[in-house]
Amino acid sequence: MKTTYREAVRSALSEALRSDARVFLMGEDVGRYGGAFAVSRGLLEEFGPERVRDTPLSESTFVGAGIGAALGGMRPIVEVMTVNFSLLALDQIVNNAATLRHMSGGQLSVPLVVRMATGGGRQLAAQHSHSLEGWYAHIPGIMVLTPATPADARGMLLAALREPDPVFIFEHATLYPTEGEVDESAGPAEIGRAAVRRPGEHVTLITYGGSLPKTLQAADLLAVEGIDAEVIDLRSLRPLDTPTLLASIARTHRAVIVDEGWRMCSFAAEVSAQLMEGGFYDLDGPVARVCSAEVPMPYAKHMEDAALPQPASIVATVHEMLRRHG
Amino acid sequence: MTVERGHALELLRQMVLIRRFEEKAAELYMLGKIRGFLHLYIGEEAVAVGAMQAFTPEDAIVATYREHGQALARGIPAGSLMAEMYGKANGCSRGRGGSMHFFDVSRRFYGGYAIVGGGMPIAVGLALADTLQGRRRVTACFFGDGAVDEGEFHESLNLAALWKLPVLFLCENNLYAMGTALARHQSQMDIGLKAQAYALAGEAVDGMDVLAVESATRRAAEAVRRGEGPYLLEVRTYRFRAHSTADPELYRTKEEVEQWKTRDPIALFAARLREWGLLSDADLTAIEAAVGREIEAAVAVAEAGPWEPVEDLLRDVYTPRTP
Ligand SMILES: Cc1ncc(C[n+]2csc(CCOP(=O)(O)OP(=O)(O)O)c2C)c(N)n1
Ligand SMILES: [Mg+2]
Repeated sequence: MKTTYREAVRSALSEALRSDARVFLMGEDVGRYGGAFAVSRGLLEEFGPERVRDTPLSESTFVGAGIGAALGGMRPIVEVMTVNFSLLALDQIVNNAATLRHMSGGQLSVPLVVRMATGGGRQLAAQHSHSLEGWYAHIPGIMVLTPATPADARGMLLAALREPDPVFIFEHATLYPTEGEVDESAGPAEIGRAAVRRPGEHVTLITYGGSLPKTLQAADLLAVEGIDAEVIDLRSLRPLDTPTLLASIARTHRAVIVDEGWRMCSFAAEVSAQLMEGGFYDLDGPVARVCSAEVPMPYAKHMEDAALPQPASIVATVHEMLRRHG
Repeated sequence: MTVERGHALELLRQMVLIRRFEEKAAELYMLGKIRGFLHLYIGEEAVAVGAMQAFTPEDAIVATYREHGQALARGIPAGSLMAEMYGKANGCSRGRGGSMHFFDVSRRFYGGYAIVGGGMPIAVGLALADTLQGRRRVTACFFGDGAVDEGEFHESLNLAALWKLPVLFLCENNLYAMGTALARHQSQMDIGLKAQAYALAGEAVDGMDVLAVESATRRAAEAVRRGEGPYLLEVRTYRFRAHSTADPELYRTKEEVEQWKTRDPIALFAARLREWGLLSDADLTAIEAAVGREIEAAVAVAEAGPWEPVEDLLRDVYTPRTP
């Protein structure tokens, strides 16, 4: 069945609420408002205010309360409106969610799911356009998922709820209206496995989340010129499926990483390092990166477009790579 | 105030146990057996011991990095705590936590939080889980006056009151946040009063008087248990020792500390019990002797404990998956 990314997340939320009494949803405006991105619309009416809980604007405390509720036997799904506001909850995430199992010598588990919208591209300027999932992926003790398709949006949320440890799901805000095939009877997705979204021979384009549609467009443009690009969707940043990446570059011998995070210390830098460590002798030239420009996000459309990875900049990077190391 | 003799002697014993345990810990720190930060509770024993009487084994405890007192009063064996401070595998957190991160889930002792204010949202969440699952339990949340400065204090009081969650917030006001005196970090120094801003019940109590702490906490815990929502108890106390082992105490005078020592909670309570004819010299000697043996045994447990093999370094970052 064809459905939107937004509908797919909602279908997973409602399935989870229906099938497990321990599951509840909380966050800012998830109830009466229906979610800032309309993801939870209708859930309050269906499941009631005990299980769909509007919170005060207290990111640190409602994320921390999610951790505490998880310790107390519940399966909370916490929605942080966007990654930009998750910065107010970083203490709970980094110092508590990620550490409690370890600090307690293995006595505790924190089965918490936190969802948040991420990314730019909507002319929301410098405080509403961050792509910080790469930061989160730095932290041992949590998992970081970046579903890029409606099927994954649904399947990964269901999978996250089966995990005994904290899972952070980053939903790129531009993806909510996108459509794709979703099998409503499909169970949870497999976590920690990258997907080859488009097989190809000449170059591997590695991406995730909101950059997947752009990267697929770039691959289509390259195909017109006879350049056959393979597109890999990481799906999960932590754990990272390095073997799938290495297997691909063993065939294509070239890699370009597309990541909406800023280039400096980006997740792309980590992927690049892993390719170098594990696949150095398979590469015909240096790994290239297409990342966001080193600037807070500008408001003006043409400037924002220039700051973000785009199909044209991906194509240009592949051209340059082939010119120098073809 | 009246108190039954057996109970009185038990309160005294617990306070003496905490005092001697920490004196021993300080000594072992000097010997390099214990490392890292060591925050002593000496002077504040009446708070943990008095308060803990109000909680049942089903209730949950959330504490700070200054939690030796709460852990002992909760009944975690001294040996398991001492071993933790040694960093041994038989410690209560298997040597991964140290002095600041004691955990014992079997006693519903949920830590040991070293980010000021960081445990408060966790306590709110534990109470939320109880409410959602229809359990009548209390979550006790200990924190210092310094935590009152943090956003998480205000957010947690607000959320707990808004959702009527069964949290007993216990502020251990020892008048200092490290070297910053209360007057230099709070615009409104009456902490108990802050409860009003979030529409929850609140009161202040003399934290040097173990019986006063006990009865105030019992009242508060019963109100919370009855479903009346959260409660803020400000317990006024004083720490006799430095903030931590790294503190040269430049911010307060010796006279001030000496003045407070005249209100030593253990000495005060012992004198009162003698006055009431509930404590003899022989009783006190017996308590000291028993505590001394317990501390000695605790050190032996820590000394004999094994070091975790370094091959296990990456253990307990994630929960092992059953295939
Ligand atoms: C968020 C945060 N800021 C600063 C510190 C450093 N620090 C540790 S304890 C402390 C003082 C806390 O005072 P209080 O809450 O009154 O507790 P007390 O030590 O007096 O028991 C500070 C500033 C910290 N651990 N966490
Ligand atoms: Mg203090």
